[in-house]
Amino acid sequence: MEQIIKKEYIDFNKTKLDGQQIRLVIKEGNRSVENLKKRETVSKTFWLILTYVVVTFLALLMILPFYWMIITSLKLNDEILASQQTFFPTVVMWSNYVHVFQVFDFTTYMLNTIVVAVFSTIGTLITTVLAAFAFAKLNFKGRDALFMVFLMTMMIPGEMMVISNYITVASFGWVGMEQSLTDAYLAMIVPFWVSVYYIYLLRQNFKQVPNELYLAAKVDGKGDFSYLLRVMIPLAAPTLISITILKFMGTWNSYVWPNLVTYKDEYRLISNGLRGSSFTDPEGGYVQYGYQMAATVVVTVPLFLLFVFFRKYIMRGVGRAGIKG
Amino acid sequence: MNFKLFNKKNDSTIVNEEFSKSTFTDSTYGELNEGLNEKENITVNIVSRKKVNKNYQVGGVLDQEQSNNWKAWLYLAPVLILMAVFLIYPLINTIAISFMENYSNVTGASDGFTFDNFAIVLGLKPIPGTDVYETNLVRYAIPNTFIIVFVTVPLSIVIALLISVLLNKLKWFQKIYQTIFFLPYVTNAIAVGMVFSVLFDTNGLVNYIFNSDTIWIYNADRWVAMIPLCIYIVWSSLPFKILILLSGLQNVDKQYYQAAKIDAAPQWKVLTKITVPALSPQILYLMVTSFIGAFKEYTAVVGLFNNPGTSPGTYNMYTMVYYIYDNLNIHTSRAAAAAVILFAIILVFTFLQLWLSKRRVTY
Repeated sequence: MEQIIKKEYIDFNKTKLDGQQIRLVIKEGNRSVENLKKRETVSKTFWLILTYVVVTFLALLMILPFYWMIITSLKLNDEILASQQTFFPTVVMWSNYVHVFQVFDFTTYMLNTIVVAVFSTIGTLITTVLAAFAFAKLNFKGRDALFMVFLMTMMIPGEMMVISNYITVASFGWVGMEQSLTDAYLAMIVPFWVSVYYIYLLRQNFKQVPNELYLAAKVDGKGDFSYLLRVMIPLAAPTLISITILKFMGTWNSYVWPNLVTYKDEYRLISNGLRGSSFTDPEGGYVQYGYQMAATVVVTVPLFLLFVFFRKYIMRGVGRAGIKG
Repeated sequence: MNFKLFNKKNDSTIVNEEFSKSTFTDSTYGELNEGLNEKENITVNIVSRKKVNKNYQVGGVLDQEQSNNWKAWLYLAPVLILMAVFLIYPLINTIAISFMENYSNVTGASDGFTFDNFAIVLGLKPIPGTDVYETNLVRYAIPNTFIIVFVTVPLSIVIALLISVLLNKLKWFQKIYQTIFFLPYVTNAIAVGMVFSVLFDTNGLVNYIFNSDTIWIYNADRWVAMIPLCIYIVWSSLPFKILILLSGLQNVDKQYYQAAKIDAAPQWKVLTKITVPALSPQILYLMVTSFIGAFKEYTAVVGLFNNPGTSPGTYNMYTMVYYIYDNLNIHTSRAAAAAVILFAIILVFTFLQLWLSKRRVTY
């Protein structure tokens, strides 16, 4: 049978190896390759499992506030304040929600928020599309310098503007003691019709559209505007959807400005309503956490639904920011 | 070979940039190429009945005609008008107001130029007509803001980096985990702030788990109350950072990691020598934006405490922006002075970061 050469070194010039098989054994210390391989798979699986355990733990920590919000909203107040905390309500109090809809004028705030969101989104989309087109596809003197100025304005804290904008909006007659609902809407909508970040986002998108399309449109006798309308906008639709949703979310979360420019509670938006509503027990004088959390659930659910349906667009719109620093 | 397009009307003017070869299909190129030397310019006449085709545009930018400048400005007009009214004018006006004596936001009148607003806000001069000093900004707002900035920004970036590195290692369910970690982004800041104040209630879950009876929110000590505030801010800022870092990680060239594997580099070294430098543009971007964001923190305080202080009548939870909003209506020029100070701080920090990063960021 075959002869096994057990040597540390083989001089291939001297040793004739015709018809012989060489078995190379690679060792590290006392461990052979098989051994090392096994160890590697074991440690790899171990680390993978550990990673999953850690990530799962962190993920649970991340969503704990939401879980707590939901179960607290279904608890009896005594249970919330008890020294023994429970991870599931012993008595499920659906009545908390019934009470919330009586105390918290959800429909009014919701309606205000939707009106403001829709109109500020439309305005923003129009200004953004026009400006992004000019910056991406048209050539004019000082274009790049102007765009740099635009980008630099993103650094200015909005609080700088709030003070004067408040005065400006008041001088337009939109804020004051005799404020009507339309005035309040205008005050909440118009100052937010420009977003430099969205212009930047859409400009990047427009720049990727090949110019051959523009030439083709020209040959077909289309002007710039109809080209923008018929070609560019459909091509950039995903970004426009992202902008719409992010803008909507922004309105849903806006708190400071609506609080400032509205003179009546029923003109305000959902965040103001939530923070402004009193969930205090009329007799005891302490906060009814069950009611409060039920209200936060009611405010959060629409956003969650939006997220479920438009997850891709939201994450893309937000994530786009980081691609180029 | 290069092609040039000429205007039909006037053959001597070159209307456009040079055509690259790729603009033509192979067949046209072949035909045109016959009997022509390299580098020879030829004229291509594009015939069209449409008037709009007078000018042909090729290259990176569509419209090269200077006479069409006005068109671009027309497209920009809505944005420029709105920006002038709601961004540029207010910026200048706010700075002006901060230097006005006895400014009235109703009439817009003032008694002239002064530095007093800054002195009053910084507690260097007593409030006019009294001998009371305004100390809320110096005692509470500025220190609190700086604590929030220097605790939450580094902490959240490090945590986000670790989570995104772990997420990137996952083989299955990566998308699901990614979505879970993004979830806090899609929430109402006020609503979740209220949830955190329930979690940190004296009888709340946190005290129950750690078996303590610390007072975190209502009537809490200022420094203790900073802990839930910072935790909340970190929690709410993680999703954005994880999203950015994870998408950055997925674009890192795999070769670096393979090389590290061959060299049997330890995990932490891979992290510090490959991952962090490769992600440095994203990290810089997050640093700049979240520094600015943390300097402007406001809604977190409203959500958690619903007051500028931990107990009624106190202001120990003031941030710079909270101070500005609280004074906006009555002491407009003081609010303006505080806003100018905030603006200056943010500017200095942003430029400092950009300057420092010039050496450390690898693109």
